Amino acid sequence: MSQPPKISRRDLLKSGGSAVTLTIASGVTLMAFGGSEVQGAADAGKRWGLLIDVNKCAKDCTACITACQDENGWKGHGNRETDAQWIRKVTLKNKATGHETAMPVMCQHCEKPPCVDVCPTGASFKRKDGIVLVDKHICIGCRYCMMACPFKARSFVHEPTNNQSVNAPRGQGTVESCTLCVHRVDKGQIPACVEACDATGNGAMIFGDLKDPESEISKRLAEFPSVALRGDLELNPGVRYAEL
Amino acid sequence: MERTIYREIPATGALWAVAALLIAFIAGAAASVIYVEHHGHIATGMNNQVVWGIPHVFAIFLIVAASGALNGASIASVFGQAPYKPIARLSAVLAMSLLIGGLAVLVLDLGRPDRLLVAMTTYNFSSIFAWNIYLYTGFLAVVATYLAVQMSRVDYAYVRGVGTVAFLWRLALTTGTGSIFGWLVARPGYDAAIMAPLFIAMSFSFGLAVFILVLVTLFRISGRKVGGALCHRLGGLLGIFAATVLYFTAVQHLTALYAAKHAGFERFILLEGGHFTWMFWLLQVVVGGLIPIALIYVPRMRNNPAEPILASILVIIGGLAQIYVIVVGGQAYPMDIFPGYEASSSFFDGEVARYSPTLPEFALGLGGVALALLAVGLAAKILRILPTNLLDANLPAND
Amino acid sequence: MRLALLFLGLALALVSPASADGTWAGLGPSVPKATGEPHPEGNAYMRRHHMQLMRHDRNLTVHDGDRDVGASLSECFECHAVEDGAGGYVTYESEQHFCRACHDFAAVKVDCFMCHRSTPEGFEEPPMHAFDATPEQDIQVTRSFLDHAFGPGKSDGGRTE
Repeated sequence: MSQPPKISRRDLLKSGGSAVTLTIASGVTLMAFGGSEVQGAADAGKRWGLLIDVNKCAKDCTACITACQDENGWKGHGNRETDAQWIRKVTLKNKATGHETAMPVMCQHCEKPPCVDVCPTGASFKRKDGIVLVDKHICIGCRYCMMACPFKARSFVHEPTNNQSVNAPRGQGTVESCTLCVHRVDKGQIPACVEACDATGNGAMIFGDLKDPESEISKRLAEFPSVALRGDLELNPGVRYAEL
Repeated sequence: MERTIYREIPATGALWAVAALLIAFIAGAAASVIYVEHHGHIATGMNNQVVWGIPHVFAIFLIVAASGALNGASIASVFGQAPYKPIARLSAVLAMSLLIGGLAVLVLDLGRPDRLLVAMTTYNFSSIFAWNIYLYTGFLAVVATYLAVQMSRVDYAYVRGVGTVAFLWRLALTTGTGSIFGWLVARPGYDAAIMAPLFIAMSFSFGLAVFILVLVTLFRISGRKVGGALCHRLGGLLGIFAATVLYFTAVQHLTALYAAKHAGFERFILLEGGHFTWMFWLLQVVVGGLIPIALIYVPRMRNNPAEPILASILVIIGGLAQIYVIVVGGQAYPMDIFPGYEASSSFFDGEVARYSPTLPEFALGLGGVALALLAVGLAAKILRILPTNLLDANLPAND
Repeated sequence: MRLALLFLGLALALVSPASADGTWAGLGPSVPKATGEPHPEGNAYMRRHHMQLMRHDRNLTVHDGDRDVGASLSECFECHAVEDGAGGYVTYESEQHFCRACHDFAAVKVDCFMCHRSTPEGFEEPPMHAFDATPEQDIQVTRSFLDHAFGPGKSDGGRTE
């Protein structure tokens, strides 16, 4: 090969920052990242969460679901049992009083996620900022995480898939769930469902950093009562429900 | 009494016929795998509610039975019962074969079976699944060593030593398999420490039943003789194990019944669960438990020469039903995500999940059984694991 | 034998030289022309190392949220999408797809497009063929696979549901 030793464009970018890049030979690049400086947008100093005000959630509104489908490109094949649902509207009827409410349920982004504990390959993982994801590059499709999730938050892709969104690659034989729109969060935006909920004027969903006491979500949680689903399991989910 | 001589089984016509039948089933499983890989799991009956189905029932049965198939060898070398020594080699080979058959089913049902290498190179050690990968491969290594020392002319102390390791390993293996369910906090049907000892009891029972049938079949198709006393001795043991399974099952359900929060699940399995309830009472308890125990212990039935074989068949039917009720029944009952509320959604919240298994799932599961049986037959054909004569007069006596 | 292989290799190298503009001729794969600026690293570097670059970045993106990446699969198609002649692009299902040109030739399976889209963002990919297949077609596919694998006539032993 007559090419001069080359390193990739991104390695060059990196070497300007905290990373030290050393090229020993053509195509062999050693990289060492220094200190605790954050490489990507995932920041251990943050914990992203959602607060859902059940009272403000209109019973027949599905704006959050449609927005999620558009953003992440999951759609049904007309089979309710096997179609993916990253976010779903659950209707709850109080057994004692008969009072009915409806609310969206999605991955609860637990602090101690059972899906992460059980995953044999580590494909199911929690980012530093608390977002629980599936690394589909190493998911083998064993579905043990779906057995372990107490919220029915995960779906298995039952068919060959194409025409995916660039935002959310997804494919046959792997497990998927709400990503809290991690691709938007990394760009400083809010999840698509929250944006859509705001656009309807209901304003039932608040997204924010649970570790920042000054964030709107933290203030609301401190001021008003809220609950975690399956609080008995002590999983400390990042998604909270008010007025349930 | 003759000396026990181990010889390869002769190539009889019956042997080839059985082998051809097994290969046909394996081909069926191969076709199933290609079909499901082409279409995705939509070709199976499994869905987002029941994520583990018939393939897992077969896989878990085979893996649990693998551990139990080692009974014969363990009793001979760990507990020093000389009459079991002649069947110890077959016991070790059958244990390995059943495990390979079960793992094949498990692996081929993955959403991405092509990523098996990922499963073997990327580990998350907080997962009991990842531990099990080591427990399973380690079991194969330990039992292979066990077989090797049995077949070589080493001091019997070595056989006893390796046999003890294998015995402890099989207990760990079944504990790990039971804990796949026992450690799941999310679902009311699981989340119970009793899953581990229950699975150990199941392994003793199912594994011995498979062993009896394989032993008798291999001897019959190779024209060798097994004495009635040995069969009845094994059958007696099977009766004890089947009763142990019933005991742990009773404790499992009584404990759950006592807790109000599990009342819904118990009512589902024991009373209102439709085919799950039928499978529990009729197949698991009566066919797989009470009838074989009666066959083995009621004096009038006990004298029937076919008694251990019939009991083994019934134990296997009951065992498959039991694993089906645990695996599928545990998923079909809805999780209580919203206590105090009646939940409904387009995603089956608050509903009992439906599951209609399809032919490819049975083809894959039966293919795993066929693979295990073919492997044990092949081993008997090329290795000296079976004694030429197992008539009662030839069994070694305890010292 | 070894000499013969060596000679064959030499002969192949002679008939299919990599020409100066980066396209292949002769017995090699025919690589679709790309648009846009050439890679500064050079084609030879990209041919050898494209997977290492993407692999490295995919872990940083998925696990650390680093979206400022140099090598991203979706960016590849900004220059390497192949038009289908009807105003759109061919997907990975087509033999004309950029990645398949070499990967089919080298018989190396590409895993990416099980999950990633194989055309530029915004293009509406047509439904996959697997959805259109009838059970009869599936049986045919399975049969032909078994015939291919075990020889004609053996496929009756398999269950072709």
